[in-house]
Amino acid sequence: MAIHRHDNHKSANAFMQWVDDRFPATKVWNEHLAEYWAAKNFNFWYYFGSLAILVLVIQLLTGIFLTMHYKPDAQLAFASVEYIMRDVPYGWLVRYLHSTGASMFFVVVYLHMFRGVIYGSHREPRELVWLIGCVIFVALMAEAFMGYLLPWGNMSYWGAQVIISLFDVIPYFGPILTEWIRGDFVISDATLNRFFAFHVILLPLILVALVFLHLVALHHVGSNNPDGIDIFENLDENGKPVDGVPFFPHIVIKDLIGVCGFFIVYLGIVFFWPDLGGIFLEKDNFAPANPLQTPPDIVPLWYFTPFYSILRASTETLLMFFAWSSVAIAVLAALFTKVDLKYKIGFIIVGAIAWFVFMNSSGKAWGVILMGSAIVCFFLLPWLDRSPVKSIRYRSWPFKVALALFLVAFFILGYLGMNAPTPVKTVMAQVCTCIYFAFFILMPWFTSIGQTKPEPERVTYDAH
Amino acid sequence: MKKITILLMSLTASLTLSSAAMAAGGGNEVKDKVYINMSDKAALQNGAKLFMNYCLACHSAQYSRYERVAEDLDIPLYQLKDNLMFTTEKPGDLMKTTMPAEDAKEWFGVAPPDLSLVSRVRKPDWIYTYLRAFYQDESTPSGWNNSLFANVAMPHAMYELQGVQRLVKSGVDVHGGDGHGEGIQLAEGQKLVGDAIFELQHPGKMSPAEFDKAIADLTAFLAYLGEPAQLKRKTIGVYTLGFLIILLLLCMMLKKEYWRDVH
Repeated sequence: MAIHRHDNHKSANAFMQWVDDRFPATKVWNEHLAEYWAAKNFNFWYYFGSLAILVLVIQLLTGIFLTMHYKPDAQLAFASVEYIMRDVPYGWLVRYLHSTGASMFFVVVYLHMFRGVIYGSHREPRELVWLIGCVIFVALMAEAFMGYLLPWGNMSYWGAQVIISLFDVIPYFGPILTEWIRGDFVISDATLNRFFAFHVILLPLILVALVFLHLVALHHVGSNNPDGIDIFENLDENGKPVDGVPFFPHIVIKDLIGVCGFFIVYLGIVFFWPDLGGIFLEKDNFAPANPLQTPPDIVPLWYFTPFYSILRASTETLLMFFAWSSVAIAVLAALFTKVDLKYKIGFIIVGAIAWFVFMNSSGKAWGVILMGSAIVCFFLLPWLDRSPVKSIRYRSWPFKVALALFLVAFFILGYLGMNAPTPVKTVMAQVCTCIYFAFFILMPWFTSIGQTKPEPERVTYDAH
Repeated sequence: MKKITILLMSLTASLTLSSAAMAAGGGNEVKDKVYINMSDKAALQNGAKLFMNYCLACHSAQYSRYERVAEDLDIPLYQLKDNLMFTTEKPGDLMKTTMPAEDAKEWFGVAPPDLSLVSRVRKPDWIYTYLRAFYQDESTPSGWNNSLFANVAMPHAMYELQGVQRLVKSGVDVHGGDGHGEGIQLAEGQKLVGDAIFELQHPGKMSPAEFDKAIADLTAFLAYLGEPAQLKRKTIGVYTLGFLIILLLLCMMLKKEYWRDVH
């Protein structure tokens, strides 16, 4: 029987030759590891991609062991978690690894996204890598939200109650939709069962598939680097990038340092402070779900709080501010732009419509729209960013100022979302919400002004 | 870039610490601090004895097993069986009260809550303050009231130990003066618990200092009961982190070796 040998590949030994004739093992190994070239100047920020995969694997493995003892039943769920914590040998460890792992997943993913923003990894030709990553972020949020219902603590119950009821604001379909999501008129056993199914089967499958696509797209275009320049523009006589190192072994071994550092932080929390003072495990969730007893402050876990703050910041006052701002912007545009009269009239009409819409809609509906938009903004980043350079090292000062403001606003929103609102805190959240959206809306402008520094020919690398 | 990294790190650190403090504190309740030492087995055993004698008659600890408690706290099985097990014969059983929940609801208005996780919901400082803040109050059905948890349905279960307290003044501004409540003038025989001043009307079997120690032991036991794994969690953690630090150093050396030729 003749075997058609692809690309006349010579394998290391007879066994690998046999395999390679039937499965592209060596080819895949080379293309994605041994001959996948990554820039040699990867820094601290480049640990978080591989760490995100590591956390995904940890969550899948610990999740499987939790599933062996957990009971998705409103009567039994809470007790089964305590059974895991007390009676299952090392069940407490598996459970803490999973609960801390969920928070660490978001820590790693937020830092991974931030790396993308500062080094321009969302820019051409990596737009699809970024977009798939954004979908992973959304899937991860869904996974975390559904997982949080499973312990069936009181915060699980009321958190899910609040978030699901958000869909009520959708005109006409809202109430039907929420009932369909819950499978009941209230959060109940039916909700718990379907969230369990989504959490342990559907979303993990989606996440793994998306991570695969994320890597396929990344390996098609190649990794970015802290200088934001293309390492394939400088090739040696063998066609390898002079500033590149193979992913295996160089980057893999470097990533091991990141893995050790990550485990020191992660296991440090697991073994010494697993609830992180109420941030990773909320104290109200140590009481079983009670539909008759609302916790004093219903707050989501920390990784949702920036978005939750934006939701709560949407009051009638904020809408009024939006309404009059639209009018002001329209008038200014009509007065100071050099366009035809018909466009100027158009600006005024659009401003008036915006004023009317903001003045005549509810704060709750806009809260949901703003919260959704806050996430959608990330998807648009590749097209909002107009800077001629990718890396923050060579960007103009307006971008750095805007990014710093955005970061501060994001952290303040996150902090405010963990606490009960007060009049002062609501105003702070509204200011930060405006900064949050201004960062994205004004990005085409502030990325195109100011003097950028010239990008280097070769990556910046100091061997010692 | 360095500036942004520093900004990011300092923001995270300050927000984590401040919100951890908020989450741990919470509310405007004034609580006394209790020092808990999980390696003090004698204190935990004493707390277990008090719990079995004074709490378990009405409250359950339905996620916890007698045998596990005895094992963790170095209590010999015969002592457990003879002195501490009042609700069942089997050491492997869950610690459930024999009081039917329906009767309890009729007698007290609410069923006494399960105490397995009370230290994780309420926190030890709250428990330590609450259990010392019962006082006589003729206006309530039970004849007892509590300065930390006003009009609580629970009567003072340990009055034979503490004696009977009378409330002199509640809502004392303990944060005034030097900020630690030490500026408050207490008359002879008066005692500050949380933000309330009490006077002992009838002494109990214990002196006020002995009773405080007993409640601290009981609080420590409840803290243990909230998370039995904590007795060995930190020990395993020390070995794990030690291993990881060595592994980190080895990985750094390995990386240096592999990257020797990269210029």
